[in-house]
Amino acid sequence: MKALIETIVTPLVDYPDDIEITVNEEEHKIVYHLTVNPNDVGKVIGKNGRIAKAIRTVVYAAGTDSKKRIFLDIM
Amino acid sequence: MKQVTASGQTVEDAVQSALKQLNTTEDQVNVDIIDEGKKGLLGIFGSKPAIVKVSLVENPVKKAEMYLSNIVSDLGIDATIETIVKGNQLTFQLTGEKIAILIGKRGQTLNAVQYLLQLVVNRSSNQYYTVVLDAEGYRKRREETLVNLANRLAVKAVRSKRGVELEPMPSFERKVIHTALQNSKQVNTLSAGDEPNRHVVIKPKS
Repeated sequence: MKALIETIVTPLVDYPDDIEITVNEEEHKIVYHLTVNPNDVGKVIGKNGRIAKAIRTVVYAAGTDSKKRIFLDIM
Repeated sequence: MKQVTASGQTVEDAVQSALKQLNTTEDQVNVDIIDEGKKGLLGIFGSKPAIVKVSLVENPVKKAEMYLSNIVSDLGIDATIETIVKGNQLTFQLTGEKIAILIGKRGQTLNAVQYLLQLVVNRSSNQYYTVVLDAEGYRKRREETLVNLANRLAVKAVRSKRGVELEPMPSFERKVIHTALQNSKQVNTLSAGDEPNRHVVIKPKS
């Protein structure tokens, strides 16, 4: 799952080395926390959060197999 | 973006040496001449080497294809990708098993990936591409469903003498509805609301 988030985000940003994903697993949910270089924030959020929404849609689709709910926090 | 600076006795020599370093051919790079160099006297005194900066231009189509295949395999789907370039329209067709996961409810996952692909393609290219991502003929099937829906709701609008609002859809799906009903003598169509809640309204002509 972490690999998927990286795959999606890397080509969108200017500083791929600054991408950081941390995982927080709780009882009923898994929260992925994504941080990018401050200059790249706009590129992963987009106008009205359009890009963020698209990233989440794809990530949640990948999570349909697991029993726990998946969340993606950006910044 | 990968780039190297190389020098040589002439500009041509420098470019060739840079191409060798990048392991590529001349049609895939951008060449910036930093110094044209000087021949000098008898080729010995006062000669200066030519210096060029050569940067690798990534092929946006290839890049998008890689991006798509990475996402697909990370989703755990076995699919083959067929790429069709037609003018500035880029179509990717996916075929394989378990593709339903990638389409999602009413194609929302497919649309999300299509949007991301469009971003990646146009980030590195001077030319603007529109991207269409299709999986197992989903777009065609969806189009038929939408035309049927449009015709049914047009009848409903006429019968109830009231506008019928459809659910929010992306622009290319709204277009299908507008096109399906544009020759209708009984109804008009218009789009209302702001993205991402923009939707078609079918109104009876009075």
